[in-house]
Amino acid sequence: MLKDITIGQYYPSVSFVHNLDPRTKLLLSFVFIASVFIARPYNIGYAIIILMTGALYIISKIPVKMIFKGLKPIIPIIIFTVVINLLFLNGEIVEIRWIDGETVPLRWWIFKITYEGINYAVTIIIRISCLIAGTSLLTYTTRPMELTDAIETLLSPLKKIKVPVHEFAMMMTIALRFIPTLIDETDKIMSAQKARGACLDNGTLIQRAKALIPILIPLMISAFRRADELALAMECRCYNGGEGRTKFKQLRISARDMVAASVMILFLSLVIIVNKFNIGWFLV
Amino acid sequence: MLIETENLSYKYPRGKDNALNGINVTINKGEFTAVVGHNGSGKSTLAKHFNALLLPDAGVVTVDGVETANQGQLFNIRTKIGMVFQNPDNQIVGTVVEEDVAFGPENLGIAPDEIARRVDKALATVDMEQYRKRAPHQLSGGQKQRVSIAGILAMNPECIVLDEATSMLDPKGRKELLQAMTSLNKSGTTIVNITHFMEEAAIADRVIIMKDGNILLDGTPREVFADREILLNAGLDVPPVSRFVKEIAGLGLEINDNVISEQECVEAIETLLNR
Repeated sequence: MLKDITIGQYYPSVSFVHNLDPRTKLLLSFVFIASVFIARPYNIGYAIIILMTGALYIISKIPVKMIFKGLKPIIPIIIFTVVINLLFLNGEIVEIRWIDGETVPLRWWIFKITYEGINYAVTIIIRISCLIAGTSLLTYTTRPMELTDAIETLLSPLKKIKVPVHEFAMMMTIALRFIPTLIDETDKIMSAQKARGACLDNGTLIQRAKALIPILIPLMISAFRRADELALAMECRCYNGGEGRTKFKQLRISARDMVAASVMILFLSLVIIVNKFNIGWFLV
Repeated sequence: MLIETENLSYKYPRGKDNALNGINVTINKGEFTAVVGHNGSGKSTLAKHFNALLLPDAGVVTVDGVETANQGQLFNIRTKIGMVFQNPDNQIVGTVVEEDVAFGPENLGIAPDEIARRVDKALATVDMEQYRKRAPHQLSGGQKQRVSIAGILAMNPECIVLDEATSMLDPKGRKELLQAMTSLNKSGTTIVNITHFMEEAAIADRVIIMKDGNILLDGTPREVFADREILLNAGLDVPPVSRFVKEIAGLGLEINDNVISEQECVEAIETLLNR
């Protein structure tokens, strides 16, 4: 059962975005994040951002429902910030006019609903949603290994100031390599403990947490043993750190990456211009 | 000769006795050698001296004329002598088969297009081309060990040392791996197979029997299996087929009792029945 989980959130498909160089995708994600932060809710900036997010998903051939899948875990955070902003932000208090002409300000005890609060709440919803949707796209369209490679190459200038970039990337690779192996092993240990009468599925929370100890300890010990053997095998294959190492899979920038970069820079410029001249403010 | 040990002795830092007591052994180019021994006989310790994973306490180990104690030649020695270990899971580094095969050549700083050529060739040699894009956990034990062999082949070694590489495999996986060893040896690679299965010793050209850090017997499988007393003394036994025909011969039937493989056993029984 544990074996079926996927590592990362890679969504296999063949699309323009999937075929981009991972470095391009990583850098352009930052461009996208910058655009989301630059855009303001008082003009058509947010409309552009939302349209762009949708367009990117369509080009990547990722179903739109994946956006919501990505957003699910952060819904509590969004709701929390929205409620706090809605109820506590200072400003002009919203008044409701009853049918008989009497106006009532929306205020009760320490809570109040202001125009600024509503404005800010909407901004947060759009901003966080677009941010998560845009960055999830990076992990949907890029294999974890490609991402590791991209990070290693992009950070390689830091090697000059003794940042262990290669070692970090190697650790990531080995972690990714061993996740399925360790999951498999967890499964086996769980079965073994169940066969000895361990009760893993019921009881109070504390009882269940305690029941995990006989699973985690053998798992840890075996992980250390594996690490030891792997180190020996790597030594046998002449591994000696990143120095003088070549790469089998070369990352290549193609025309495709140029097109993608141009589009994203155009998009960023558009957002900046819209923000600067407040284009379309009358529509909002 | 490829590997030569001279009075090689070694004791593990926390060990009581010497793991190896003055071993003198020569592995020649192109040989298929099986090193057989009970647990604790020193066979794995010996293997770890062949590619400088361990350095002798006393005596000398030379690989192609270079002493393993010479730290400057470490890469050279490890490129020449590749090693496959027992646990198939704990020696694959890459997240994809072809990336793992490329790991050794990458470490040697070989140009990317040459690496690609070597990866293709190595995967073809062990018959794993169709799995090149798979993740290691999707493979069977025997397939993983073949990937490990490919990873070594991509470094263009002279010799492959398999340290109990078959012991964690199912019978099918073991058969696959033994076939791979035989065909590699036919194409000129020196093979040293460390094992405790006598059946595996039978397919080698030369068998070395070890006990308590000493070499007990060294010869062709036929020579070695002839002396069952010594083997029993070392906690080993002749392969089941040899024992089987010996028992038949003991019943007073006229059968060729000098049998070391299943094939020979079948032939011997056929001649007996046709008589």
